[in-house]
Amino acid sequence: MNGRIFSVVGGMFLLTVCSKGDRSAVQAAPPRTEVSAAGGTITGKVKFTGAAPKNPAIDMSEEAACKAKYPTTPTEENVVAGAANALANVFVYVKSGVPAGQTFPAPATSVVLDQNGCRYHPHVFGIMVGQGLEILNSDPVLHNIKAIAKANRPFNVSQPSAGMKTTRTFAAPEVMVNLECNVHGWMHAYLGVRPDPFFAVTGPDGSFSIKGLPPGTYTIEAWHEKFGTQTATVTIAATESKTAHFTFAAH
Amino acid sequence: MRWWLPDAGSTFAGPIDTLFLAILIITGIALVIVEVGLITFVIRYRARPGRKAFYTHGSTRAEVIWTAIPAVTMVALGLISNHYWVLIKDKKSVPPNAYHLGVHAKQFEWQVTYPGPDGKLGTADDFTVRNQLHVIVNQPFAVELSSEDVVHSFFVPEWRLKQDAVPGMQITAWFEATKTGEFELGCAELCGMGHYKMRARVFVHTPDEYKAWVAQQAAGGSE
Amino acid sequence: MTTVAHTPTQAHHEPMSFWRKYIFSTDHKIIGIQFLFVSLFFLLVGGLLAMQIRWQLGFPGKPMPGGGILPETMVVNGVILPEYYVQLVSMHGTFMVFFAIMPLLVGVYANFLIPLKIGTHDMAFPRINMASFWLALLAGLIMTASFFVPNGPIRSGWTNYAPLAARPDLSGVTVGQMLWCVSIVVLGLSSVLGSLNYITTVINLRAPGMTWFRMPLSVWALFITAILGVLALPVLQGAAIMLLFDNVLGTHFFDPVAGGQALLWQHLFWFFGHPEVYILILPAMGMVSDIIANGSRKPIFGYHSMVFAIIGIAFLGWIVWGHHMFMSGMNPTLGSTFMVSTLLIAVPSAIKVFNWMGTMWRGNLRFHVPMLNAIGFVSMFTIGGLSGIFMAATPVDIPLHDTQFIVAHIHYVLFGGSLFALFAAMTYWYPKMFGRLMSEPLGKIHFVLTFIFYNLTFFPMHIIGMGGQMRRIYDPTIYTFLKPQQPLNVFISYAAFALFATQFLFAFNFLWSLKFGKKAPQNPWEDNGMEWSLPNPAPHGNWEKTPNVYRGPYEFSAPEAGDKDYLPQYLKLPTDRDPVPAPLPAGGH
Repeated sequence: MNGRIFSVVGGMFLLTVCSKGDRSAVQAAPPRTEVSAAGGTITGKVKFTGAAPKNPAIDMSEEAACKAKYPTTPTEENVVAGAANALANVFVYVKSGVPAGQTFPAPATSVVLDQNGCRYHPHVFGIMVGQGLEILNSDPVLHNIKAIAKANRPFNVSQPSAGMKTTRTFAAPEVMVNLECNVHGWMHAYLGVRPDPFFAVTGPDGSFSIKGLPPGTYTIEAWHEKFGTQTATVTIAATESKTAHFTFAAH
Repeated sequence: MRWWLPDAGSTFAGPIDTLFLAILIITGIALVIVEVGLITFVIRYRARPGRKAFYTHGSTRAEVIWTAIPAVTMVALGLISNHYWVLIKDKKSVPPNAYHLGVHAKQFEWQVTYPGPDGKLGTADDFTVRNQLHVIVNQPFAVELSSEDVVHSFFVPEWRLKQDAVPGMQITAWFEATKTGEFELGCAELCGMGHYKMRARVFVHTPDEYKAWVAQQAAGGSE
Repeated sequence: MTTVAHTPTQAHHEPMSFWRKYIFSTDHKIIGIQFLFVSLFFLLVGGLLAMQIRWQLGFPGKPMPGGGILPETMVVNGVILPEYYVQLVSMHGTFMVFFAIMPLLVGVYANFLIPLKIGTHDMAFPRINMASFWLALLAGLIMTASFFVPNGPIRSGWTNYAPLAARPDLSGVTVGQMLWCVSIVVLGLSSVLGSLNYITTVINLRAPGMTWFRMPLSVWALFITAILGVLALPVLQGAAIMLLFDNVLGTHFFDPVAGGQALLWQHLFWFFGHPEVYILILPAMGMVSDIIANGSRKPIFGYHSMVFAIIGIAFLGWIVWGHHMFMSGMNPTLGSTFMVSTLLIAVPSAIKVFNWMGTMWRGNLRFHVPMLNAIGFVSMFTIGGLSGIFMAATPVDIPLHDTQFIVAHIHYVLFGGSLFALFAAMTYWYPKMFGRLMSEPLGKIHFVLTFIFYNLTFFPMHIIGMGGQMRRIYDPTIYTFLKPQQPLNVFISYAAFALFATQFLFAFNFLWSLKFGKKAPQNPWEDNGMEWSLPNPAPHGNWEKTPNVYRGPYEFSAPEAGDKDYLPQYLKLPTDRDPVPAPLPAGGH
């Protein structure tokens, strides 16, 4: 009788612990492949056609400490346009084509994501699998960083005061992981996790540059938070430099 | 330092505060009877040499008295309270001239939807503002509460107003603010780690101020 | 007469190994003592969690002394994180309700007192009784384990409202939520098995002469509590399993996303939860009755009314659960009905308070430590009960619901009520358990300091609740309207630290007296209960021969007692006749 009770209870216990249990993945050290600085390069510019949509203003009056950091009213960063309709914050990466079996070590330095003025800096960025993401709170207010991910384990961590640092890593490639703050609903950031270093984010002039590619045929994808994705195919021989431009239609 | 309920700011505050005071007096009397009684007994009936306790098993008369008086008091309290309960919470009590706003709660913000210049909620000129509730003084308002994710609770202390926002339900809560000024709305149901930060500012305007604010919002105000 | 005669039991004289005697024991007294040590440990855990809560509320965002030992997921640079804060409040409630107060009242005293006080040798099912303890311990270990899993323990309050508790993506808790559910199911099983034992024992094993209305009120209360337990805990178990399935198996009982209902959890939880709070107070009331009669040297005033009040509270307790849900969005008409039943339940509680006072009236009061704590119980429970009336009146509940006013109410009935009663009971039956007396001077100092610091801690919570401070918030100063009240939060925190520190007096007294306390005479309190006819500590098997019961439990200062002011139930006077035992059931025993 006691035995039966214990096996039922034990079974229930095992059911819970074994089913959605959080297991820290133990990564086997990948065989090291050096990225040759002398490899091929893909460069390009991203722009859009049509009228630049107006970015809505953000009313930060509910968070006085953040509002005080802005001399003029801050706006959302949905579409950050530069001169001649250049499109910033486009995540460009090599979607396929990297020779199989090649692995790339994650850099020892972390990518820093700063929460300052109730905004994420940077707004769009890339990180390598296994590389540290150091999240910093530069505001004297509560932010929580909620990572919405499918291939990676989601997380949600709070930083109630200035100076707090939290580090996370991502175990699987994913384009894109959404980051948001639930206390300040306008705060969004987008993070592309890649197994290789072949990615870039366009600046205000819309340009990007991906270096160190081994010879081959690559599909590169440009991702924008509002305008969607576009792909292009580029073939590179050793140390060649090729261009690929993307033009999105504003809607 | 506050020692009492917040300053009254709505038509509900009068009856609720009066009821509160009435209960305070009733329970206060009961408390004094019990505590003074206990202290008196402790002093008067302490054991001393040569004393004996009075052997009795009780008194039916006493039982009847101290059963009847609390029972009658409780029934009376219930009847009076129910009148105001129905007035505040019953859907039929929402005044027909109430302005309707949509309040959508989510972790961790209040999204308030205003009907816009056409005055009708659910039309194209509606606009949504985060964490700001603007109402008109001496005008009934009804908020249609909904929730994106978990149970939250819409709480404005000065208005003596509280109503849970439950996912999967549309709940109406009405009120009429009686004092202009700026107040606060807090979440009164644990909704996650940011529960404490789920604060909105509440503005009670004169009708003109309100019209001006709505116009400013419709002309491309902020999110 | 439904008392049953027993063939004389043989006290077990065959030697038992240490393990069978003290660890895997089926003796109800040992099981009660096992519950006592384990529950006191969890009471300490609950108190430590409370200290952290009070640190954060008094000094929001300031680094906590000793915070450095906690991991970075909970505390960063000594500062409690918001997610850890909600875990603290959730687990403080969980540990205190399920693993401290309930087992202290029921697991300890139902087990220890029932067979002794009704004159039998053990529970009806001693082995099931043992299982009940080990299941409770297992449940406690599972619950404790939730602190050590990724993302830690639950974050949705001890009430675990869905959908927050059903959605790991919204709460951030994964394994911890599952462990809570499993632990509750195991604990529920422990409770149900225990309840079955207590009910069967009281109905069937009362000694000859121990009629229903000669049972002490402690036994009545524990008996009625057991009925509440066996009916209420399974509801919680069912709800916990449904919650577990929502978390693990992808069901949507409580999540409207796929047809579930958020309010379903609240109804199920509180249908259990309200009887649960009566489980947490009735045994206390029963034991306090025994102790006040003893301390007053008078019979309990209105014994029959007291029994009917217990039954009335228990019965009404099933139809008031909606008063926890007045603001929930349920139909307001339901709110009206629950208001009526809730206001009515104040009446039997009032009857009890007046009867305790009637017991003390014209008594010859002895202020031993149990009596002091029992009087403290009456005075503090009254405040807790009266504050309930504010919330029962639904319009007044609107500003008060989910504020610190509720927290004040809870703690006045659970600490001012149940815990003071437990201090009384632990001191009172200590000699029967351990053969020694606790130190009287230390007990008196503990009572006075606890009484003072306890009121300084919890009374002001009524005020900040009226001012609008919500429950479970990490930093009240976020709200401008709460800033003026913050000095009171600081005051409460200091009082709470002092209150916690004072409990070391009790802990020291309890532990020190085990070895060095004065050896207890057989009946140190000059009490009437059956248990005092046995040596201290009571031997295995209790009586060699089933005792007879000659009178009611509270014949203090009866004329027949002569120059003594007490007259035990087991004492045969020359004028007494032996009770006629009921015939044995066919087939013998």
